[in-house]
Amino acid sequence: MGDTQENIPQSGEVIAAKAVWQVINEKFGDAVSELDENPFMPFFEVLKREQWRDIALFMRDNPKLRFTYMACLSGVDYPEERKLGIVCNLESLGELGHRIAVKVKCDREGGIIPSVAKVWKTADWHEREAYDMYGMEFSGHPDLRRILCPEDWEGYPLRKDYQVQETYHGIKVPE
Amino acid sequence: MGLLDAKISKHNVLVTSVDNVMNWARLSSLWPMGFGLACCAIEMMATNASNYDLERFGIFPRASPRQSDLMIVAGTVTMKMAERVIRLYEQMPEPRYVLSMGSCSNCGGPYWKHGYHVLKGVDRIIPVDVYVPGCPPRPESLIGGLMKVQELIRMEQIGISRAEALKKLEEKSIDPGQLIQAARKGAIAS
Amino acid sequence: MQELGKAEHSSVRVTPKGDNRVIIEKDISSEEMILNMGPQHPSTHGVLRLECKTDGEVVIEAEPYLGYLHRCFEKHAEMVDYPGVVPFVDRMDYLASMNSDFAFCIAVEKLLDVEIPRRVEFIRVIVSEFNRIASHLVAIGTYAIDLGAFTPFLFCFRDREHILNLLEWTSGARMLYNYILIGGVAYDFPEGFKERALEFVKYFRPKALELQKLLTENEIFVKRTKGIGMMPADVAINYGWSGPMLRGSGVEWDLRKEDAYSIYPELDFKVCVPDGRFSDIGDCLSRHLVRAMEMEESLNIIEQSLEMMPEEDGFDPRAAIPKRIRPKAGEVYGRAENPRGELGFYIQSDGKSTSPLRCKARSSCFVNLSAMKELSLGQLIPDLVSIIGSIDIVLGEVDR
Repeated sequence: MGDTQENIPQSGEVIAAKAVWQVINEKFGDAVSELDENPFMPFFEVLKREQWRDIALFMRDNPKLRFTYMACLSGVDYPEERKLGIVCNLESLGELGHRIAVKVKCDREGGIIPSVAKVWKTADWHEREAYDMYGMEFSGHPDLRRILCPEDWEGYPLRKDYQVQETYHGIKVPE
Repeated sequence: MGLLDAKISKHNVLVTSVDNVMNWARLSSLWPMGFGLACCAIEMMATNASNYDLERFGIFPRASPRQSDLMIVAGTVTMKMAERVIRLYEQMPEPRYVLSMGSCSNCGGPYWKHGYHVLKGVDRIIPVDVYVPGCPPRPESLIGGLMKVQELIRMEQIGISRAEALKKLEEKSIDPGQLIQAARKGAIAS
Repeated sequence: MQELGKAEHSSVRVTPKGDNRVIIEKDISSEEMILNMGPQHPSTHGVLRLECKTDGEVVIEAEPYLGYLHRCFEKHAEMVDYPGVVPFVDRMDYLASMNSDFAFCIAVEKLLDVEIPRRVEFIRVIVSEFNRIASHLVAIGTYAIDLGAFTPFLFCFRDREHILNLLEWTSGARMLYNYILIGGVAYDFPEGFKERALEFVKYFRPKALELQKLLTENEIFVKRTKGIGMMPADVAINYGWSGPMLRGSGVEWDLRKEDAYSIYPELDFKVCVPDGRFSDIGDCLSRHLVRAMEMEESLNIIEQSLEMMPEEDGFDPRAAIPKRIRPKAGEVYGRAENPRGELGFYIQSDGKSTSPLRCKARSSCFVNLSAMKELSLGQLIPDLVSIIGSIDIVLGEVDR
């Protein structure tokens, strides 16, 4: 995976991502941020997060974009900004072939992000996982419950300030 | 057991203790519960399959805890699973044995420090008779562990507790380290 | 139309000519029953729990409950340094550790400035393809056992043992290798590996055909899988399916071709898609066929790469491994084709610390399993086992 071999296809990826971003920017204006043109994972951020579902639907159905496939949705904790967020890796599978990443951020306490579970069904479980690990709410999610940890687990394990509980149902948890 | 090899003729009387017969019968048909948790379950399956063929020891996995004598805890026990493990253990009829397979179920294994959702050793919730180390243990070591369970059964008698049987097993056991060192010395000398 | 049971109690009708499709009649229904399946169930491939709402023999809803094997991979990844994550990656998908390591290393190496030696790339591809065959053998063997055929299971495990021996010879471990490291591999191939590997390829080709005959030409197996668990291609993409599951629905999508990572673009292999001669495209049988065909393709890949691999005396596979692995600041999503689909890692690095700020594993079976609810709708209870088996889940990867 040398630098020279890697840069040629990736710069193509950035160019494609830029074209994609322009289409989205034309429609939604300042609801989306500038495109971050790094060679690893070009991304933009949704600044008006209440529009995230509309943007998602537009990205899926617009004939110039056709992001049919959501590869990944990861929850992220930004302790310095006091925010939580999600990062979605989207791809146009088998149609146009381009890919881009989208970031949405919300407040650390009581933050709400619109759910895209009905746009990409992949997002259903990924959002449940993000909720389980970070505790942000997804409004409009069909079934927002904890998925990996038990229902009565305390705290959100992947937050940077997570303190593990001492006992669970009478069983000692830490070492 | 030697009995079958000794070519007993038709009109013979065998004298032995009830304990011996019972223990022989029990240890020759040790039925574990087919209960896989994680990576170790694959090695357990491999042990049951063609190359290692556990059935030659009379060990055949059963699907239900109510039909089994032995529980092989093969893999990481998590907090969510812990209560199910206890319930499965309680569903097994007495006398029951527990073999803890692999580092995770022995002590939490690699998940010891940061594994918030991992139970650090299945012996925190159910009593364990035999521990098999390894991550995952090779089929050979699982077979070794199962033979240890058989030895334990052989030590049992009517009227003595499991703890006493385990003690007897401990007294009778030979430290393999000395044997290995003796063999090494012999190899160097020759 | 042949009726099963009395009409007022049963809502199932089966068409007579061996067509397994179930017709649900709306006006007839019996009392709903909740049936719990798992977490300790021989055919859930681990500790998956399904809560099925049933109407007679028909499943109305099957809700999967996960997390019984949640081993906190993502927490560990944030706590240990980059090389230390690799053993945890091994334990995620324990049937295909090599492929998982490969995916993780691809993701980290994108952020690092390392030139991977050509021989290392070949070693990586060969061991991953061997592991892919081993993984598919387990998938096929356990699938057969779920559907009541015991012999294929024994055949599969017999042949898998040969692969494990080869990989153990190379790496020192049977299942969890920790062999593919960031920037290289742990050891070079041992002396005489090529001959033994080619010997295995020669041995395995007829065995794969035999296995194929045992299952695909077995009428019971075909009846239990054909037309069951249908998934159209567009819905599969919307669910984020990948790997043999997506190819079973007829989509030619293989990351080895699409992303063209490592030396895959130099190799000649085809993307396996069912042609609809034996199966209805998108059913359980198609997914099984894709796995069977992929084993053959993997053999081709191994053969070619063994031939093309550059020989070097005194080759040090660890030469390119950086002394201190501290990637550039940035985010990356790296992925590779796992036997179960796309395994991706989203890694966030701040450029200062030696451990990732965030490492999310996009697990293929987690995503594939999320369609369980839709797949099981209106199927018979015994077909549920057939569907779970065809998804080929590894709970270690689902729950992480």
